Amino acid sequence: MRIGVVTFPGSLDDGDAARAVRLAGAEAVRLWHADPDLHGVDAVVLPGGFSYGDYLRCGAIARFSAAMESIIDAAKGGLPVLGICNGFQILCEAHLLPGALTRNQHLHFRNRDQWLKVESTSTAWTGTFTDGQEILIPVKNGEGCYVADQRTLDELEAEGRVVARYIRGNPNGSQRDIAAITNERGNVVGIMPHPEHAVEALTGPSLDGLGLFASVLAHLAGKSAAVPA
Amino acid sequence: MTQTVKETAVASPDTVDRAGSTPEELQPFAELGLLEDEYQRIRDILDRRPTQSELAMYSIMWSEHCSYKSSKVHLKQFSEKAPKNERLLAGIGENAGVIQISDELAVTFKVESHNHPSFVEPYQGAATGVGGIVRDILAMGARPIAVMDPLRFGDAEHPDTKRVLPGVVAGVGGYGNCLGLPNIGGEVVFDPCYQGNPLVNALSIGVLPVDRLQKKEATGAGNIVVLLGAKTGRDGIGGVSVLASATFDDGSEQRRPSVQVGDPFMEKLLIESCLELYDAGLVVGIQDLGGAGLTCALTETAAAATAGMRVWLERVPLREPSMDPHEILASESQERMLLIVAPEKLDEVLKIADKWGVLATAIGEVTDGDRLVITWNDHTVVDVPPGSLVDDGPVYNRPMREPADLILLRADRAETLPRPVGPDALRETVLRMIASPNLCDKTWVTEQYDRYVLGNTVLAQPEDAGVLRIDEQTGLGVALSVDGNGRYARLDPYNGAKLALAEAYRNVAVAGGKPISVTNCLNFGSPEDPTVMWQFAEAVRGLADGCQELGIAVSGGNVSFYNQTGAAAIHPTPVVGVLGLIDDVATRVPIGFTPSAHPEGDLVFLLGETRNELSGSEWAWVTHGHLGGEPPRVDLGREKSLAEVLAEAARVGHLTAAHDLSDGGLIQTLVESSLRRGVGVKIELPEEFTAGSMPFVYLFSESAGRVVVAVPRGHETAFTALCDEHGLPWAAIGTTEAAGDAVEITGQFSIPLDELREAHTGTLPRLFGGAASFPGPSEAAAVAAGASEAPAASGDPVVVVGDDSAPDSEAPAEEGLPAATADSTQAEPSSEDGIAAPAAE
Repeated sequence: MRIGVVTFPGSLDDGDAARAVRLAGAEAVRLWHADPDLHGVDAVVLPGGFSYGDYLRCGAIARFSAAMESIIDAAKGGLPVLGICNGFQILCEAHLLPGALTRNQHLHFRNRDQWLKVESTSTAWTGTFTDGQEILIPVKNGEGCYVADQRTLDELEAEGRVVARYIRGNPNGSQRDIAAITNERGNVVGIMPHPEHAVEALTGPSLDGLGLFASVLAHLAGKSAAVPA
Repeated sequence: MTQTVKETAVASPDTVDRAGSTPEELQPFAELGLLEDEYQRIRDILDRRPTQSELAMYSIMWSEHCSYKSSKVHLKQFSEKAPKNERLLAGIGENAGVIQISDELAVTFKVESHNHPSFVEPYQGAATGVGGIVRDILAMGARPIAVMDPLRFGDAEHPDTKRVLPGVVAGVGGYGNCLGLPNIGGEVVFDPCYQGNPLVNALSIGVLPVDRLQKKEATGAGNIVVLLGAKTGRDGIGGVSVLASATFDDGSEQRRPSVQVGDPFMEKLLIESCLELYDAGLVVGIQDLGGAGLTCALTETAAAATAGMRVWLERVPLREPSMDPHEILASESQERMLLIVAPEKLDEVLKIADKWGVLATAIGEVTDGDRLVITWNDHTVVDVPPGSLVDDGPVYNRPMREPADLILLRADRAETLPRPVGPDALRETVLRMIASPNLCDKTWVTEQYDRYVLGNTVLAQPEDAGVLRIDEQTGLGVALSVDGNGRYARLDPYNGAKLALAEAYRNVAVAGGKPISVTNCLNFGSPEDPTVMWQFAEAVRGLADGCQELGIAVSGGNVSFYNQTGAAAIHPTPVVGVLGLIDDVATRVPIGFTPSAHPEGDLVFLLGETRNELSGSEWAWVTHGHLGGEPPRVDLGREKSLAEVLAEAARVGHLTAAHDLSDGGLIQTLVESSLRRGVGVKIELPEEFTAGSMPFVYLFSESAGRVVVAVPRGHETAFTALCDEHGLPWAAIGTTEAAGDAVEITGQFSIPLDELREAHTGTLPRLFGGAASFPGPSEAAAVAAGASEAPAASGDPVVVVGDDSAPDSEAPAEEGLPAATADSTQAEPSSEDGIAAPAAE
């Protein structure tokens, strides 16, 4: 399996995402923001960072990059896409996911090891978790406060599209403790915490982050056996 | 002063020809910080009066900040006393020291100060401090891989500290986080002596293949001089030369607009483009632009190669087209590098810069001969021998005198202060001390820094040392610690510097590292005050002697003078960073007690000797407001054997935890080790420390050369034999209690971990605001309701610096770095125009 990791100017966790892909047993393919060619990858990770400096709204410029134009089309066709942190922000700006990520309520950048509860295992990126599984992965952001209008939030809840919630403390004030959501089809997931930083015992608080990457490989393997996304 | 110069400006610039024909024209050399005889020396060198641009250049390059004119005579000890070091690929005098760590790899690291700008504009001052040190690391050919930040503030309760600290912390985080560099450690210290002069030091480390080491020499006549990075604006002009010699007074509010503003996104692109240029072999020489901007970069690259250079100043891309030549030369705009490239490689260089969206402009060329000639729209405004700016600056052996009050201060020993006696008093003291600003938990600060990015952070704060994996295949890595204690240095600058070195050295050893190199940031008051100069000389002598005794060498660093408000100088504050090597980072030792495999817990040992040493201690300061006596004795031979024992014990797996003893003594160490992973500990006081106030001494003495370790059962015999072999005193003092939830001192007190945690973690949130966390899920509805009303301020600037175009462009300036044999390196005050800081990741 080949999983693309996009590098925008200002991407920071692209190397970490590529490492996580490798540790999960797949080939990491580095994609460049200015190149519309996705090089035939089976899935895409939009990594954390400050794309284009994020001096405008986070992700607002990255959304218009050549690579994103291709990714938006492919995602609509079912390509699994995981947006982590800045990647989540980009997915919201691209309207592949509803809502927005705003300044943390306490106005500080915050980096801590965060417990999450997995609430949906029917996405392309969470299939190997169990429903309600509690996982520990680092969160680090300044604009990670998830907001949406009440109707959207209610819809997300009703359709089982809240993928993970913060537990034992909400690090940024996100509405309804939302840490990760998915689109209707379940192939696009945005997550604020950083699963790519929880893939090695030596450097992370747990190995829980590997589950997302293992999940997409299982999903792709299943799909190649002709299961629709 | 800039204004003074501007007022004398005429429609066409002051040219070399004009200078020759108007020898008597009055020049504002005094306002630029030059002495009469220094000015005369410039005239002698040029055999005429300098042009306005030349005068600006000399005044900058001959300032304390760039020339080390007061410190140079002392700093040479770092080289003279240095043991031979075959690992050292580049040392003092370079942008940063480079140390080889394997056949293929080297690391480079350095600590610098950005104190004055951070007092005036905390966010941008701290941010550009990080930016400056990172460019130093980049200029050596390295990829920067981490930062650390030793910070010192005034009284924690003082209203101005509430202005300075949050801004500084946000600035360090805002810049470092946006560069994608993990912050792996540092210090947060409070003392009233820093009220008007906070110390914002920043350390960076980078890694490079040994064959990618870069030089700053502008060699090869005909090679092209390329300016890479941000446009040049009117920021920080004149700050280095004038304000480096100024102290703070009531006018500093007006200086705010002139502090440089950082653009970390541009720096990130600069890093990536430079690394690509290095790897493609396109760079002959490179120098970062920091303090003294183009002036420094042009003269240093030319002087290093004993070459000449020809520069067309009008080619420099400007943010403000109205800038005069001397302003362009002095500008401290941030995020710029100067490259020397072969003419046939220029196109490739421009292409790579374009790929990263970074501006690259050919502004000149290397020439034969020894003149730096700069024209501006066909007017020759500069024609100087570059070496005269870099190497021929003034050198002062300033008068020194021991402070008159030192004898009395040292006679006033803290060992005579009333002590808490009995379980209740001790218990109360413990809770008070662990909540005091210097000893309390610093999570409020460190949570604002990304520690995970790059995926190689093995240990970070609050561990004793930051540990980074360098080689993913072999596990080869480094450990870094940075420490200082201004109170100790105030009482005894010679031993205070040694104690700072000893602590950093010990912290690296505790984590499992073998110390191999030293960097330092020397923060002092005015060198024109003989007592400050004496403190400085003593501290340098102590650090140089200490390094010699430990067999490691200073590879680079920085001096920051003029840290004083009015007549009151800060405590002399040498901050020392030590770099250690770990063959396999999997063997690193964390500070926290871990749940033991054995039902009765791991064995806890105290290594080293505990003496009745309370002078200069945190206890004396917190409970009595007392500073006096002599600091703890320092025995570097002991530190060395301690380090050897720890390295070997870590390697063979004798240790599950190890934590250094320093501020706050044994009890502070035990509390931190217990709280880290929620594992309690039970301690038996040794017989000789059971009577009267001796339990207090055992728990709060700050004797140096001590470490607490946890040893799994079965390893104790081999471990104690190892200690004996090295002549290291050890005592079995207790056990970790995997099932327990308290720190217990038998016969004295037992404090539940929850109570300790509450005391330890509550202080900074109380002082600086912000709950430690948002309410849990049960209160989620309330959060959601609040959130819907909160302004959705995505992209709002954290700080917008005001009117950047103010004519009186005075940035409080700054320091330089120890250059023992040449003054060819400098610190990085810095600048940039008014772009809002990035707010989020």
